[in-house]
Amino acid sequence: MGLKQNLHNLKEKYKGTKMAPAFNAIHTFLYLPNETTHGGTHIKAADDLKRTMNIVIMALVPCLIFGMFNAGYQHNAAINGFTEGMSFFSGDFWNMNNFLIGLTKILPLVIVSYGVGLLIEFIFAVIKGHEVEEGYLVTGMLVPLIVPVDLPLWMLAVAVAFGVVIGKEVFGGTGMNILNPALTIRAFLFFAYPTWMSGDKVWVHGAVEAAGTADAISGETILGSLAQSQPLSYSVSDMFFGFIPGSVGETSTLLILLGALFLIFTKIGSWRIMVSAVIGALVMGFIFNQVVALGWIGETSKFHGLMKLEFWKHLLIGGFAFGAVYMATDPVTASQTNKGKWIYGFLIGFISIMIRVFNPAYPEGVMLAILLMNVFAPTIDYYVVQGNVKRRLKRLKAKTA
Amino acid sequence: MGLLSKKDAALIKDPLADNNPITIQVLGICSALAITAELKAAIVMSISVLFVLGVGNVVISLMRNIIPSKIRIIVQLVVVAALVIIVDQVLKAFAYELSKTLSVFVGLIITNCIIMGRFEAFALGNGPWRSFLDGIGNAAGYGLILVLVGFFRELLGSGTLLGFKVLGDSIEKTGLYALGYENNGFMLLSPMALIVVGIIIWVQRSKNKALIED
Repeated sequence: MGLKQNLHNLKEKYKGTKMAPAFNAIHTFLYLPNETTHGGTHIKAADDLKRTMNIVIMALVPCLIFGMFNAGYQHNAAINGFTEGMSFFSGDFWNMNNFLIGLTKILPLVIVSYGVGLLIEFIFAVIKGHEVEEGYLVTGMLVPLIVPVDLPLWMLAVAVAFGVVIGKEVFGGTGMNILNPALTIRAFLFFAYPTWMSGDKVWVHGAVEAAGTADAISGETILGSLAQSQPLSYSVSDMFFGFIPGSVGETSTLLILLGALFLIFTKIGSWRIMVSAVIGALVMGFIFNQVVALGWIGETSKFHGLMKLEFWKHLLIGGFAFGAVYMATDPVTASQTNKGKWIYGFLIGFISIMIRVFNPAYPEGVMLAILLMNVFAPTIDYYVVQGNVKRRLKRLKAKTA
Repeated sequence: MGLLSKKDAALIKDPLADNNPITIQVLGICSALAITAELKAAIVMSISVLFVLGVGNVVISLMRNIIPSKIRIIVQLVVVAALVIIVDQVLKAFAYELSKTLSVFVGLIITNCIIMGRFEAFALGNGPWRSFLDGIGNAAGYGLILVLVGFFRELLGSGTLLGFKVLGDSIEKTGLYALGYENNGFMLLSPMALIVVGIIIWVQRSKNKALIED
């Protein structure tokens, strides 16, 4: 008799007691309930919301752990100098010293994110009289991964409160929100406290405190330096493995790729959105490359640095990969129809790179692109459905005529 | 109420709460978003609207029997425009800096839906005294929301109230700023004003369930 059977037996024991909801919450965290749907419904699925959320969290854990090591590595590297051409399993990166620095900075972010978010979910559950919804489980994990490592905790708390209340609860809670809550939180931080969310200080731990002193270190992201037309100073392997400064969990394209495969394999994330977002980004990047190649944009243009970047490198830098895999695929805010998903994803990629290049004030465009397309997703669906209705009406007419 | 009969008092009280022009009728939103980044601007705007709506309602009410109904909108516009120009000139003469902050929005009082709405809905059918009370009441209801929004936006966005540094000095890091507090730049942008208005509407409707329509 395994753990699963034990849990099922315990459930029978707790049935009807006050403990039941609390036990069920833990029980269904990893296992399917051993009962099927009662009554007249005919739709049966083996995965409930909690399992869906859980799988996304599992896909995020590697990014989180990598982010902890990277936070420490970037801090030490900024002081002692970078190691050139590291392999992925290099001891310079994966060591206890790096990990501890990252742990002490990032664990509080995770705790504050979950603490504040779940507290608000709990308050709303009590007021509205429903069970606590699982929607925040993924948001709470995403948020620490998409903020700079040195973000003050109280700012994160304010932003999480804002994002959960205004981004989700006012629309009716999990499943009813128009905008991705995690990105709402990030957008709030970005517009409310721009000095902590952009610039060349915040991306490396310690850079803010050291600014202006003799120990000053630079914490510029690749996008930040490219926007100022400085040459690319990181190798492709560094960018792919993720040994670069950036938000906590979004630097490693390799791990994000593995996460994407995991999400596609478990059928949680939509491969259509991911693929079309990548295509959209490549197309936009390619157009910009051609503009430079044709000589329409000179060396003096402020867009030159980013436009001339080879189009496929756009996928490796900034938060694009992370956004396309974990944020754009949010089933609540994305388009629902298959054709709609292609359009939705393509436009996310296309607009991300456009914002990235054209607006140096918003170095990473993927956040704004996804939020924008979140708003348009229902419209896209509407026209896809209407187009289908029209085609079938025509077919009907042809048949009867 | 000795001074006002119950019916008259309702003219003033209703627009302040259960029939508020901004939160219930959702009129005059544009100016509520545009000029509430500072409390001072919000207060001056409220007083301007109070003057225009109070006097305008009386004027329209006095003329209500001689205005041909076909051209009543034009007559109303002329009255509002005349009053707005008076306000604009007074502001330019005595509070030049402020009139620059309010810029085009003083002129745009003409298009403020609340004013035309009260002329049409009330002043054309009621006597001058009642019209005056109605104008004052609605303008006060508008002003109340403006001041509320302005209060939160200035306090959280700039850390000041009417220009006084109530939270300490953000550059010299005194008061709250010494603890690491920072101003919320989002509060100074118009979208946040819309969200603040939304929150006021939310609070009001959850206190008074009768206002929820669906």
